[in-house]
Order: sequence, then C-alpha cells, then structure tokens
Amino acid sequence: MPITRSEVEHVARLARLELSGEELEHLAAQLARIVEYVDKLSRLDVGDLPPMMHAAEGASLREDEPGPTLPRRLALEGAPAASDGFFRVPRVLE
Amino acid sequence: MELWQLGAAELRDLVARRAVSAREVVSAALGRIRGLDPRLRAFLHVSEDLALAAADDCDRRLSMGEPPRPLEGVPIAIKDNICLVGAPTTCASRMLAGWRPPYTATAVERALAAGCVPVGKTNLDEFAMGSSTENSAMGPTLNPWDESRAPGGSSGGSAAAVAAGMVPLALGSDTGGSIRQPAALCGIIGLKPTYGRVSRWGLVAFASSLDQIGPLARDVLDAALLAQVISGHDARDSTSSRRPIGDLVGAALRADARGVRIGVPKEYFGSGLAPLVEHAVRKAVETLGTLGASVEEVSLPHTEYAVATYYVVATAEASSNLARYDGVHYGHRTNSPGGIVELFSRSRSEAFGSEVKRRIMLGTYVLSAGYYDAYYLRALKARTALRRDFDEAFRRVDLVACPTSPTVAFRLGEKTADPLSMYLSDVYTISANLAALPAISVPCGAGESGLPVGLQLIAPAFEEERLLSVARAYELASGASRARPPVWSV
Repeated sequence: MPITRSEVEHVARLARLELSGEELEHLAAQLARIVEYVDKLSRLDVGDLPPMMHAAEGASLREDEPGPTLPRRLALEGAPAASDGFFRVPRVLE
Repeated sequence: MELWQLGAAELRDLVARRAVSAREVVSAALGRIRGLDPRLRAFLHVSEDLALAAADDCDRRLSMGEPPRPLEGVPIAIKDNICLVGAPTTCASRMLAGWRPPYTATAVERALAAGCVPVGKTNLDEFAMGSSTENSAMGPTLNPWDESRAPGGSSGGSAAAVAAGMVPLALGSDTGGSIRQPAALCGIIGLKPTYGRVSRWGLVAFASSLDQIGPLARDVLDAALLAQVISGHDARDSTSSRRPIGDLVGAALRADARGVRIGVPKEYFGSGLAPLVEHAVRKAVETLGTLGASVEEVSLPHTEYAVATYYVVATAEASSNLARYDGVHYGHRTNSPGGIVELFSRSRSEAFGSEVKRRIMLGTYVLSAGYYDAYYLRALKARTALRRDFDEAFRRVDLVACPTSPTVAFRLGEKTADPLSMYLSDVYTISANLAALPAISVPCGAGESGLPVGLQLIAPAFEEERLLSVARAYELASGASRARPPVWSV
C-alpha cells in the first residue's frame, strides 16, 4: 500500500515533527518501502492467537504507598527554562 | 602482560590480594583509552575524576581490612543511554547533548556497589536505534578488527572498548540485538538477560517491552561476574522479576555441556547467511556435540515474521516513549518557539536524527486510527506466535544454537542508505527480545575476511545458568574467545 505525501504530513503532525519538504519526500519513499515489508504480517494467519500484551511474566503493580520521589529541585535541573519551581513554556492562552 | 590486557576475574583477584592497587588498574585503562580512543572513538565521555575517586575508594576499603567485593577495582564502561550521576547521558543525540541525569541506573548502582570503577560513557546509535553505531550524532565508532568497518550496534562503543582492551567489562542495552550483534562483530561476549532479570530503572527507554541491560566482556566468566551483580528485583521497575537469580558465576565455572540437548533451528540457516559464518557456527555446534551435548534440528516456523513484527512493536513503543522529548522538561529547546505546539515540534525536529525521526514516524503510523488493528494488534499476535515457537522447541531441547549475525562486520556506510537492509541485519537476534528470552553471543572463529563470528545460544526464560555454563564449556574447548584484534599489539 503506497503512502501518500498527505498521509506522511498527517503522521508528522501527530508525532509533533516539523519536516522540511525534502524530508517529507524522502521519508514518504522510505516509509513506503518499510511498510511494504512489514505488510508481510497480513499474510500470517493469526487466527485466534491472543496478543502478547506483556513481556514480563506476572508483572504486578506495586503497593500504592507514599514514599520519596525525585525532589523538585532535581526534576527542574535539566529544564531548558524554569522559574518559581515550575517549567516555563510560551503563553498557552491568549 | 600489561594490566589493560587482563580480564575482570584476574584484575579483581590481583586487587583483592593487593598485588596491584585499583588506582594502578584504572590508570592502565585510562592510559589505554587516551592512546587508542582518538582512533576508535568508542567513548563519548571519559569520567576520569569519577574513576580515580572510585578506585581510591576501593584501595581505601581494602587497606581498612574490608573484604574484597565481587568486582573490586574492575574498570567498567557504560553505554551512554544508561544513567550515571556525575557524567552526561546523551544517548548520542543532539536532543540530550550535555544533559546530566539526576539519578543513577539501578544496574550501574549495583555494579559500582560490587566494586566496579566507571571510566566513561560509550557511543551508540542515537537512542539505541540502529545496528552499526553510525546513527550516533557524534559520529561512528570503528571496529577494532578493521577500522574501515562498523563495530555493529547499537552498543558499538561498549563492544569496541572491550574488544580493544580499553576496559574488561561494559554495560550495553539490547532491544533487538544491540548487545549480542556488536559483541559478535567485535569478537567478544554479549549477554542479553531474560526480560525482567535486570532492572531498567535509569535506562533511557526505547521500546520498553523489549529493552534489557546486559554485560559485554572478553570471556564468559567475566560476563557471568557482571550479570550476577546487576540482576535481581528492583521495586523501581515494575517489570523486574522476583525470581531468584541463581548462581551465574558458579554455573560458568562448572562449564558443563554434558547431556544438554541443543536445537538447531533450520529457519536460521537460509538465504542471506554468509557461507563462512554458517561454517563457523556449524563447527561450533559440532564442538558442543563433542562436549557431550546432543544436537538435533528444530523448527521455529514463524521466524520469517520476526523482523516485521519487531519493527511494528519497537517503533510503536518508541514513538510513545520519545514523546517525552518536548523541549519543556529536559533536553534541546528550539530558539524560535512561537506557540506551544511549535515549541514541541521545532525542538524535536531540530534535535532528532533521521533514523529516530523515521522510527517515530513508522511507530506513529502503525498506531494511528485505521492502521492499529492491521499493524500493531496483528504484530502483538505474531509476537505470541513467535513465543510459542520457542515454547514448542523447548519441549524437546534445552538450548537453541544459531548464528548471532548473518554476516561479519560490514563496511562503514555500506547499509546507511537503505534502512531496511540495516533492519535485516538483526534477523537472528530479534526473536529472543520478542519472546523475552535470555541469549548470549560467544566468539566461534573467523568468517569472511578473517573477521569474528558469533555463536548465539538462546535459553528458556530465566535459564541464564544453563546458558552461561554451556557457553563457558564451548569457550574453554574452542579457545575462540582468546582471538584478539590487531590493535591488541598497539
């Protein structure tokens, strides 16, 4: 199934990637080839096989107990912009 | 014999007996790195201060009469997608250039608590996405056996550093073969433990249901020593297992292949397998026979779907995991943000390399409305089929033996223009990740151009003891792990 340029643009928007025209062309061609290969899965009779949702056997949730977490100071240390103990972003609401 | 030429077990014994100091050992490693790494470029960061401080701590403990720890004074390199406080973690990406993690990975913490001395962070394909280390934003690492060739990947820096004698031990991560394939291409040992055996806390996530940290070393005993100390339950990784680790070092020391039933999967010897690689692997299986193992053919009928399944599951998970790089919390932020959405997308587009973008795009595509059932859900069902292939095989045999990589190390640039050809170089390693099984690559002689070939052994879940014992028996009988690259005499 060929992937159209408008499909690639749509996926890029979903993925929050801003691609140049050249990148879009290039990716459309490469993705088409990869998807064509991956499409071999459609020839596999999966019948009533259950999907493998977990890789860990018996993965279990931990008890919901309060405990120490990363201190705010450390969590903000790598932020490109922070002030007053918060991450800074451009204005979201006008 | 120079100190840098010794393995972890030997170094640890010398340090424990106080025949040499940990400072002498780490100085030899740092000297070797200074001399050789400008050429091979295995390291992205050398943590000399951390290393000397850790070594002095080893020496101080011993001088105070404390009992030596299992890896006292042994230098270790850490793949640069595994966090260590005091050093940058970049994932070889412009996105994380200069980023310093606020915590240390559990596996690293445990290795350091066992006496390891951290000498630096090693190169990788950006965010561990690749099979050659050529996707590193900082440039490729060269293969110590032939500097015109790739070391494999994505843990290519770790593999090259160990093979070239810069360190006896390294940590890597393996999502589709990223420990085993570079180990094979650099002529060393690489172990991918069972999913859940080693905590992923502090490993930068690529595909969370496939990622696993493991050791690279020049012999199986050294790999066992490191695997022993990094394994085990960790409350900070909800997928980490509570099963007992077992005696991995004892299993390696037993080095016993007697009575072990080895299955050779016929699907792993088809077209695309280089003739001399096939020859070396078949000869290795014969050697296992002379050591008292029995050998029979088995079938893993869904093997032909493994690569397709992997590139749906892994990219889907990656597209979700890498959504966290948004220019807000950490990492690169664009200088021309505009509104919030432009801040996200420009920061991401400026800092991610082309392979990472390609995988995010593919993963987003297979998860998007209209394609989820056809690709993602179908791939999860195929994953069940692949797992059942192994369950079925392990009813008849104890281990599966096959090649690690279809070819020896390929030339730098040979596969970069064609992503699909690069993906297909993982054809023999991917299934163990999809089926969540432990697997090891052990050197088994020379293939095309005299370059190293890896024998891969795959075991049932949590049978690391069996894997290490048989791998060690093979290694001792064949002597193949003793082959060294030309740079060894430099």
